[in-house]
Amino acid sequence: MIGSPDVVAFTKEDEYGQTTPDPWASIPEEFSVPLHPLADSNPWAKTSYAKFTKDFILISEFSEQVGPQPLLTIPDDPKVCGTFDLNYFSLRIMSVDYQASFVGHPPGSGYPRLSFVEDSRVVLGDSKEGAFAYVHHLTLYDLEARGFVRPFCMAYVSADERKIMLQFEELSLRFSQASECLKAGNRRAFAKELQRKLQDLEYTHSVLQKEEGLQREAGPQSMYSAHAVEKANELANVEKSIYEHRDLLKQITSYHHRPRRDPHAVTCQKCMSECLSECEELLDKYAKLAGPYSYTGKVEEEGQIEDEAGEDELEEEEEEGIKRRPSYTPQLIKAKSAKCFDKRLKTLQELCDETFYEASVELLKETERSFRGDLCYLHTRHLDRVLRRKQRVTNFLFEEEIGDEDEDEVGTIRPFCAVNHTVDNCTLLNPPPIVLGPEPPEESTDPLDPASETSQTLESELGLVDSRLESSPSDLTLETQESSEETKGSFSSGKSGIKQNLAGMKSEAPDPDSDLTPDPDMERESSSDDMETTAGEDEGENGGDQTPVSLLEVVSELESSRADEGEGVTEEVCDIESDLLVPIDTACCMAQEGFLYEASAPEAAPHLGQSSHMQSSQVLVVNQEPQALLPVQDDYTVGSPCSESPAAGLELPVGPLADAVSRASVEDGSDCTMSASTGSDRAASPLGYGGVVTLRQRKKAGQGALRFVRQYPFAMQALWCLLSGRTLVVLGADEGRVRRLVSALALFVPGPGKCGERVQAWLCCPFSLTDLQRWKLIGLQRVASPVGSSMLYSLSRYSRYISILDTDQKTLRCPPYRGQLLANIADHRTYIRRGSTYFLHIQSTLCRLAAKAFLFTFTHHLHLPVSSTEGPEIVDGRRRCFLQEQLGLGEEDSQILLYLSQLITQQYLQPPTGSSAAAPCFAFNYTTSVLYKI
Amino acid sequence: MLRWILGGREAQSSVEKTPVLCIGEEQPKNWFTELQVLKGHFDIVRFLVQIDDFRCASAGDDGLVLVWNVETGEKLLELRGHSQQITAITTFKCSNGLTTHTSLITASSDRSLSLWDPDTGNRVQTISDLQSSVKCLLVLERLCLWLSGGEELCVWNKEFQLQCHRQNHSDTGITALIELPKNCVAAAMDKEIVIYRLILSADSSVSVAEIRCLSDHRDQIRALININDNLFASGSHVGELILWDAVDLNILAYEHILWEESQSSPHAEIRMGAPKPSEMSIQHLTTNGKLILAAVGSGLYVYSVETKTVVAYRKVAHDSDVLHTMLLSDSELMSCSEDGSVRIWEIQDLPLPAEPASAGFFGMWTFGRSGKQTGPPSKKVMDVPNIRMLELTGDLIGHSGAVQMFVSFKENGLVTCSTDHLLILWKNGERQSHLRSLALFQKLEENGGL
Repeated sequence: MIGSPDVVAFTKEDEYGQTTPDPWASIPEEFSVPLHPLADSNPWAKTSYAKFTKDFILISEFSEQVGPQPLLTIPDDPKVCGTFDLNYFSLRIMSVDYQASFVGHPPGSGYPRLSFVEDSRVVLGDSKEGAFAYVHHLTLYDLEARGFVRPFCMAYVSADERKIMLQFEELSLRFSQASECLKAGNRRAFAKELQRKLQDLEYTHSVLQKEEGLQREAGPQSMYSAHAVEKANELANVEKSIYEHRDLLKQITSYHHRPRRDPHAVTCQKCMSECLSECEELLDKYAKLAGPYSYTGKVEEEGQIEDEAGEDELEEEEEEGIKRRPSYTPQLIKAKSAKCFDKRLKTLQELCDETFYEASVELLKETERSFRGDLCYLHTRHLDRVLRRKQRVTNFLFEEEIGDEDEDEVGTIRPFCAVNHTVDNCTLLNPPPIVLGPEPPEESTDPLDPASETSQTLESELGLVDSRLESSPSDLTLETQESSEETKGSFSSGKSGIKQNLAGMKSEAPDPDSDLTPDPDMERESSSDDMETTAGEDEGENGGDQTPVSLLEVVSELESSRADEGEGVTEEVCDIESDLLVPIDTACCMAQEGFLYEASAPEAAPHLGQSSHMQSSQVLVVNQEPQALLPVQDDYTVGSPCSESPAAGLELPVGPLADAVSRASVEDGSDCTMSASTGSDRAASPLGYGGVVTLRQRKKAGQGALRFVRQYPFAMQALWCLLSGRTLVVLGADEGRVRRLVSALALFVPGPGKCGERVQAWLCCPFSLTDLQRWKLIGLQRVASPVGSSMLYSLSRYSRYISILDTDQKTLRCPPYRGQLLANIADHRTYIRRGSTYFLHIQSTLCRLAAKAFLFTFTHHLHLPVSSTEGPEIVDGRRRCFLQEQLGLGEEDSQILLYLSQLITQQYLQPPTGSSAAAPCFAFNYTTSVLYKI
Repeated sequence: MLRWILGGREAQSSVEKTPVLCIGEEQPKNWFTELQVLKGHFDIVRFLVQIDDFRCASAGDDGLVLVWNVETGEKLLELRGHSQQITAITTFKCSNGLTTHTSLITASSDRSLSLWDPDTGNRVQTISDLQSSVKCLLVLERLCLWLSGGEELCVWNKEFQLQCHRQNHSDTGITALIELPKNCVAAAMDKEIVIYRLILSADSSVSVAEIRCLSDHRDQIRALININDNLFASGSHVGELILWDAVDLNILAYEHILWEESQSSPHAEIRMGAPKPSEMSIQHLTTNGKLILAAVGSGLYVYSVETKTVVAYRKVAHDSDVLHTMLLSDSELMSCSEDGSVRIWEIQDLPLPAEPASAGFFGMWTFGRSGKQTGPPSKKVMDVPNIRMLELTGDLIGHSGAVQMFVSFKENGLVTCSTDHLLILWKNGERQSHLRSLALFQKLEENGGL
């Protein structure tokens, strides 16, 4: 957590808003979104004229029956788009005529030709709706469709145009991948359909031939009867149809040999070859079957056979298409025409192979997930990831697994397959392609304030973004330029809409009736008109978990938490805490109600805030519009206009380790209210079950860690034990409590392993030395049986290697710690109230520690003599001097650094593949322990 | 002929027991600050032998012989072949001109002997269907011969050909073998030490002749060691320690360690009878040429070869029987015990003025050969300056069962083996950390940076 993107919103005014030149100031006019005209109203009003609260992905099609229609949204939740008129927007985005190439029969060609249309990428704006979209058009093949093609488009819809513009490359890349995936599936499905059709035709052909033969036998006179002529025509038509379909099959097979203009259109080799071989198989098969008809239907001959009736053929195709068979049983095809509008068009799922469809949707979901949050957030997260990727040596210590994704630069061609052919590529995220600046300065001016550090780095980075912005228009493609003009053109109308939208803000909560279903047969609805939603409906919409906490509830929860924290907290502190806490949660609640109470927040803040820091940041957030934070969707949002829920911004994209995101939002939302409640009843984290520890779980553990720190005056000593590599045994009778404590303390275990291998949440049997070697944090059951006595025996026997935290008696037995290094994160009277805030606070401190350890580990002269005359004592002295004077660490604090350094060394020396045959080392020292009590 | 009668019971408990049991966690002199647990055995590990500077082999009741790299803690080889527990293991150095090659000879309860190459893991030679299982092995490098002792004494050449064998009259068989000058070997058999001479005839055939039988011990001989070219020592189950002249085969000194109750308080003390033999049993003897360290029951006893006097002792050095000991230097020693710990001791001068009471409670008679067991020994209080203290400077706790044996690799560390099926490699944490730093910068250089 180098960057701690969540901390961004805490930025102070003088550090951020004023001293830095406006990073967006130099944006060309056509790219900039006008600031809200009313200075005294809500700073996030900009987003208010959008009728949706979050970005989403919309898939639409241009149906030949009903015109443009939306198919589905990602996330597939009617709340997402709110009252936003998807039908209208589909019309907008599908009305771009991008299919310049000829569809159907090209002149001079006897056969219907499949058009190989490249995808197109457009940025569209609809300022009246407050919506901007990256639109990706693609065509899929359908035997029954006009010209065999069905136009579709996928759109990334956002209220923030700049976000789309800056992420254009990455959006384009990701949508191309999804598009390629869909098209690959479509080609398969198309080939299969052709196969069935060919079978039908062959069967029909044989039946007709038989009939003709019968007629011929009946006598020459009947040969020329009207009936016979009709039959002969029919036969000829069927034959012709067979050739055409065979040709189509050939065309679809040759798809891969076509040169692609699209740089992003790189498909998975395996998919391609699979599809290719399948098609060729089919081709072979039908070439053979063609034998009896005396046309040895090979490529050259087929090409020679001419047919004039191109247009008719097309229609016939469509008519015959009704007879699409699900099985391979050949059916007789009647050349009877059906009404075009009677037939049911194939759905997107049917058009594409099911697996490919699923994969594409998954891909799009992931795209949606990775683009959550505002530009500033994305940018910081990107920086964070890039920095972490540079710090591979120390990442294992405290950072969550970052994965090996996207080694290559963004925008280069990557072979990609969503159907798991290239496993390493398929599930991974790509960061938004924001330009990377130089590494932020490591040394922070104020080590106690992580927020200021972050903002500093941010400042320096934003300057660079600035320059990127200037150059960005030239990077964009032609389509983008067009669309931006369009956007500009429509702004005038957009501005007028702002005010009325603001007025109607309260009622603009998501409309539960505007249910969008992917089924095109559903009756279309115009949801924009019925704004019948009331604010009250918000409360139930997130499944109860996010039910807003009223002010009273917060206070009462505070009371209970205070009571829970017991004697460790003085009354005075409690008062301050409650004062501090209330405004935050008030704001949180107010956010639920939309803008009605927004204006009162700043007034409430000054007299409530006891800490000047909190106060100022709060005032700042409400009164001033920090440029980069416009649609702040963040944990720290005080008056977020995302009136839908307080959790709107809480979802951090948690990387490839994330659970289903929909769940994430709910649980994170509960974390928001948790800050005031006790947190003691939370479910134990799945630590120790072998699962990968996700960022979200770690943030939840942050709450537990905060509680621990506030509850136990010797928390600092416990943390020191963990950080200096001394195994900590959490002893207790109550499994739930021990497990919670272990999962909270696991945050401080350096190098916990991908799945928390160094942590054992609950142990019921006596442990041995190997266990101590393996686990750095052990939850141990206290039992009063003979097993218990042997357990206590092992505790006392190995007491020199362990520290024992007794949760029942609230004691800690460990070596004395007198250092100052951890005072910052283990402050008994910390003002931090939220688990996630505390988590980030820990993370930034630990990150700094890791950086110091890295420096220490890789500084040559601290470990090895500079010249041959130097003895080991001189090196020792130098090392001690470095630790004590340059890093300012005492004896015990040095131990932390030495331990981290040992871990880094071992990690670095570890063979990259496979585990070494050697047993792991277990280092310790012989020091006396003391017993700490509350 | 000395006898110390010192102190009382209270002093014993306060001076001896208490400091032993509570060294505490602060051990500044204990430099073993890092350990590696070496897993691989499935049963009690009883033997450790050092192969060279960085390798050692372990053997135990599971019949496995494992070869370890002591520097890295890696298991190098698994030598499988014996179906039953290993009863003896020794290294066999065979030098052909410039290079010496070390092999391993193992004996097992399955009545077989094997020769292993610890470089390749091959079982080079094997002999099975012996009449009895072998209890001890002795390699005579000078003669390129080796001996196996059990119910019979066999002499083998390096090609594993039996040169000659000799049936024993004792039913316990040979429990220990040492080499003596003039092609002689001493074999401990129950209460006797039998001296054999190997006669190498011109046609390179070998025969064995018994030349002497020393039967001065009153109980079973538990330990038999060489001290130097002219001396060897033996210890018995009842605490007799006898120093022998290796050439003349005379008794040079006879110590009887009694750990006895004080007789200076004749009143009221109820003698518990003779101390239990196991409390006085000399389990293990070790020497560095100048000092002999004897593991007596759960106590330790340091005897000077030169002055033929006790240098230092501690009656209760461990909570249970001491199984193996070692002299690290003239002043440092180490012991391991059934209580699962390894303890490091320092021989320190008694702080002056010394408490005479702390000198302890054992009786010791010194006999000349002639004066053997004649009359009650005269008593004499030992000079205080001559006796020194065994001070516990550190203990290694890690094994959950009795520590059977340990082998020291000097600064590379210490390997201990135990009944808990594990080996533990104890190292100097600082040195290891320094070595890892070296390796780190070396790798950094190889990689050309991070």
